[in-house]
Amino acid sequence: MKLQDNIREAKQKKGILLMTHIVLGYPSFEVNRAVIGQMVDKGVDLIEMQIPFSEPMADGPVIVKANQDSLANGTRLADCLDFAGEMAATHKIPFLLMTYYNILFKYGLEKFCRKTADLRIKGFIIPDLPPEEGAEYLGYCRQYGLAPIFIYAPTSTPARMRELARYGEGFIYCVARRGVTGSQTTFGREFAEYMAQCRASTELPLAVGFGIRNRDDVNAVKGRAEIAVIGSETIRLVDAEGASAVGPFIAGLR
Amino acid sequence: MKNNGYYGQWGGSFIPEILHETFAQLNKVYETARHDPAFWQEYVDLMATYSCRPTPLTYAGNLSRHFGGAQIFIKREDLNHTGAHKLNNVIGQGLLVKRMDKKRVIAETGAGQHGVATATMAAKFGLQCTVYMGEEDVRRQRPNVFWMEKLGAEVVPVTSGSGILKDAINAAFRDWVTNMDDSHYCLGTACGPHPFPEMVAWFQSIIGLEAREQISKQFGSAPARVYACVGGGSNAMGIFQGFLGQPDVELVGVEAGGYGLASGKHAARLASDDSSPGVAQGYKTMFLQDDDGQMRTTHSVAAGLDYVGVSPILTDLWEQGRVRFASATDKEVMAALELTMTREGIIPALESSHAFAQAFKEVGDLPADQSVIINMSGRGDKDIFTIANAFADPSWQQFIINKGKEYEAAR
Ligand SMILES: Cc1ncc(COP(=O)(O)O)c(C=O)c1O
Repeated sequence: MKLQDNIREAKQKKGILLMTHIVLGYPSFEVNRAVIGQMVDKGVDLIEMQIPFSEPMADGPVIVKANQDSLANGTRLADCLDFAGEMAATHKIPFLLMTYYNILFKYGLEKFCRKTADLRIKGFIIPDLPPEEGAEYLGYCRQYGLAPIFIYAPTSTPARMRELARYGEGFIYCVARRGVTGSQTTFGREFAEYMAQCRASTELPLAVGFGIRNRDDVNAVKGRAEIAVIGSETIRLVDAEGASAVGPFIAGLR
Repeated sequence: MKNNGYYGQWGGSFIPEILHETFAQLNKVYETARHDPAFWQEYVDLMATYSCRPTPLTYAGNLSRHFGGAQIFIKREDLNHTGAHKLNNVIGQGLLVKRMDKKRVIAETGAGQHGVATATMAAKFGLQCTVYMGEEDVRRQRPNVFWMEKLGAEVVPVTSGSGILKDAINAAFRDWVTNMDDSHYCLGTACGPHPFPEMVAWFQSIIGLEAREQISKQFGSAPARVYACVGGGSNAMGIFQGFLGQPDVELVGVEAGGYGLASGKHAARLASDDSSPGVAQGYKTMFLQDDDGQMRTTHSVAAGLDYVGVSPILTDLWEQGRVRFASATDKEVMAALELTMTREGIIPALESSHAFAQAFKEVGDLPADQSVIINMSGRGDKDIFTIANAFADPSWQQFIINKGKEYEAAR
């Protein structure tokens, strides 16, 4: 089944789906494992696992620090892939990889796609790879049955949104506001208009991310998108209160 | 956009979606300006009245005699306003900012020269200015931080990553994805996503256009070689463009050899075997990276050369064999700097001293009826702390100690 069909089916049963984000190797793979266990246990529907990169240009301070600390701890790509495979084999929900293009490029695009498809990863979010630069990537995603997930931004024109929809699979990741990950978002009228524009531009399910921190934020997304994405907030929570705080936090979101 | 921003297999535009429209606007304004002769004329006039252009080509008679080879000429970008070639690019982009009607500029800086140039342009054009600078560079280039702040810019020390140029570029992009509506990112070198490599190289081509005319007038023929230091590659692209069409002119790019190529502590992307193709900071080039694609830490005595990537245009010219790449170590650079100061009364920046060092290694092998040009991308005054330190100058040290005591006592 295609990722978009999985998502539509799951959405039938729940009002809104939750996708969470973790940075691999931060603070450690053990903690990643515990956190993911709790997330799945409390009903998280999809998880994006970020392979750390030394130049995380599109990320905000919390995730930048997590990338940097993970690499400083000695996290290697091979460890990330092993761990990703372990998670996909252990838990039933779809897992995605998020990272920057150089990680795939340096590994070899085809090899990366073949390897991650073998590990039963469902797709990729690559924030610095616009479709214009991604012909080869798109080809291998198709060949190996991986969903290339593209991003809509509040600055995207309707024409650009339709263009991106032609290349995307799985869902469209709608960035809720300008800026990087990790700071506050106001879900007001402008946001509603933006989401209406996103909806009109694609048949694919929509996810909303950037600045979703609590139940109110998740509620604001309900009815406008299929998926609410919780990114920096769980990293902050694990930093402050440890892995065991994640379960109750997730349980309180919807 | 005739090549989609590609030079051979290098370049491109790997940008987050949120900047798509911003780049579309920038490309449009840039293309329009590029095809508008009046724009270039406005640029040249402004550079003549505000920035001392054309900068002279100086015959270095004493150095030429010292080496007993080709005649050495020095292209004097140190005499450009703010003391380096950086202002050429910044004034050009400033004119585009006015056309785009933006109110604020963002810049990254390594040595601080590009930051000072941007702060200067912002003051002149009435723009707000924020400069990102790695904390390591803030420490080693304090005088430039002082001037940026006095010129009215906000200087933000960047603590993430290794606290050097690449990290300042990431920080500048993060600002831009937040404030793209009213802000332009004034990138300081011929790197980054299209159109930056081409656009920055275009503004810097004023160096090569002048130098080609000057050498022909002053020496009577084209030079045998042109030497330029290469950080991101903007001063090198600037002067090389004057001679790209003359295959007999050998173009030599000089990278930071740091503690020596064998030490691994250097920033030689094309002159060493340590780099490989990669995509980061919005473009594809040869990066100093590990097997996983993580960028490595680089080292150079010159903050402006301490960078993991290099202009995709230069990488293409290197691949074609049109530009030769060499490297000079920190030690060779200090020796070349001292020789240039004492023989010619000229103080090159540590970055520029790399070009001098490489030329000095080779110029004796060329016949006396030929010439070489060294691009002196900037002046060394800004490096006074680093240079005084490297020379372990006792009277300077005493001065700093006394100054420190004075400030302490006045607190
Ligand atoms: C004086 C001087 N020369 C050279 C450079 C290196 O930059 P590029 O290679 O773009 O000329 C810098 C950068 O800060 C500089 O300040």
